[in-house]
Amino acid sequence: MELDVVVVATGTANLASVLAGLKRSGARPRLARSPAEVLTAPAAVLPGVGALGTAMGKLVRDEMVPALQERIAAGLPTLAVCLGLQLLAEGSEESPGVPGLGVFPGMVTRYPDSVRVPQMGWNKIQADPGCQLLQAGYAYFANSFRLEAAPPGWMAAWCDYAGPFVAALERGPVLACQFHPELSGDFGQALLTRWVERARQGGE
Amino acid sequence: MLAARIIPCLDVRDGRVVKGVRFHGLRDAGDPIALAAEYEAQGADELILLDVSATPEGRRTARETVAAVRAQLSIPLCVGGGVREADDAQALLVAGADKVGINTAAVRRPELLTEISERFGRQCTVIAIDAARNAADTGWEVVILSGKERLELDAVGWACRAAELGAGEILLTSWDRDGTRIGYDLDLLRTVSAAVNVPVIASGGASTPEHLLAGLQAGASAVLAASIFHFGETTVGSLREYLARHGVEVRR
Repeated sequence: MELDVVVVATGTANLASVLAGLKRSGARPRLARSPAEVLTAPAAVLPGVGALGTAMGKLVRDEMVPALQERIAAGLPTLAVCLGLQLLAEGSEESPGVPGLGVFPGMVTRYPDSVRVPQMGWNKIQADPGCQLLQAGYAYFANSFRLEAAPPGWMAAWCDYAGPFVAALERGPVLACQFHPELSGDFGQALLTRWVERARQGGE
Repeated sequence: MLAARIIPCLDVRDGRVVKGVRFHGLRDAGDPIALAAEYEAQGADELILLDVSATPEGRRTARETVAAVRAQLSIPLCVGGGVREADDAQALLVAGADKVGINTAAVRRPELLTEISERFGRQCTVIAIDAARNAADTGWEVVILSGKERLELDAVGWACRAAELGAGEILLTSWDRDGTRIGYDLDLLRTVSAAVNVPVIASGGASTPEHLLAGLQAGASAVLAASIFHFGETTVGSLREYLARHGVEVRR
């Protein structure tokens, strides 16, 4: 049976790729219509490209903030992609003064000018031993900002661009990827499929 | 370490892939959906689709092509052609593009780059620059309208300005080399890559593995080619093996 997934609109595009990737992974995605739906759906996705301040503004206006915070705190199946991962942090250098969802402690910082910014392309990630969903391989990144340290209580996959940074985080069925699984070829497709399978089993 | 990207380019007009010498005398090289699937299977790191349609009907067909390509494609898709305002970019993104290439319209109104990058992010905003050696042979000038108009605008300066205004990547095509098969303009690549801190995609003139390697060694983060793929002269996979043998980090 296909898994029903609600996708939270962050006001920024590339939704078509996320929806296409989810469909290929055995999910039936649709856009979330209400905060209640985001809180109770079997699975939810928080995608995002663009600036953190803009996306947070949209989440606040749509009253999605408490629903997302409660959902992730409860360990319900949730996938955050790219900016979605950064939204889970306390904030970002990109949008000073704008609080993130604060699901975990830590600030998102910009890559130094010693490397080309944005990081654009395929980079190799390594998963911490014990990761259930994340595995090693090449993943596609398109980001100017990153999380440098993994928050306590989360398993991480790591990557290197001007030093180590967090490529992805997982805690039970909650998965947050700095890279784009929906654009990461067979590697990303396999990860999405594992997450959909895990989400079918429900929360922690 | 970030891997070098190999990017096949599909020039699409009215829903069909075309590619000709210097964009004139177009030859039909196939169905974009089938070609996109083939290139992904070969190991392409990304695809660029340039819509060279001249009519509104052609543009609509191109958006349908983007949607059909997107449904099956699990690698990044950049789409350019006909983007005159931020809403045009949005239409392409909604159809299934991950990045949008902007060319002539940004030269005419540079703020467009800021508008698009503020709405959709820098990583989504690709400035496409067609550059030709100037008559005095002192540098490169920007060419717009698919070669119909040469400007006195310095291509290197324009690349820097575009990056400052919000472009997160530069698709740099040598107008002198495009369609010639004699290799990228390496001086142009070296000069622009050194002048900006965003990734540069080399385009125009590549027909051999050596050309691709030289483009990367000149500072490009990615190498684009079209006809060498469309007519089956080589595959992405064999080019990737060649690059790996020569010490280039590639996706495996």
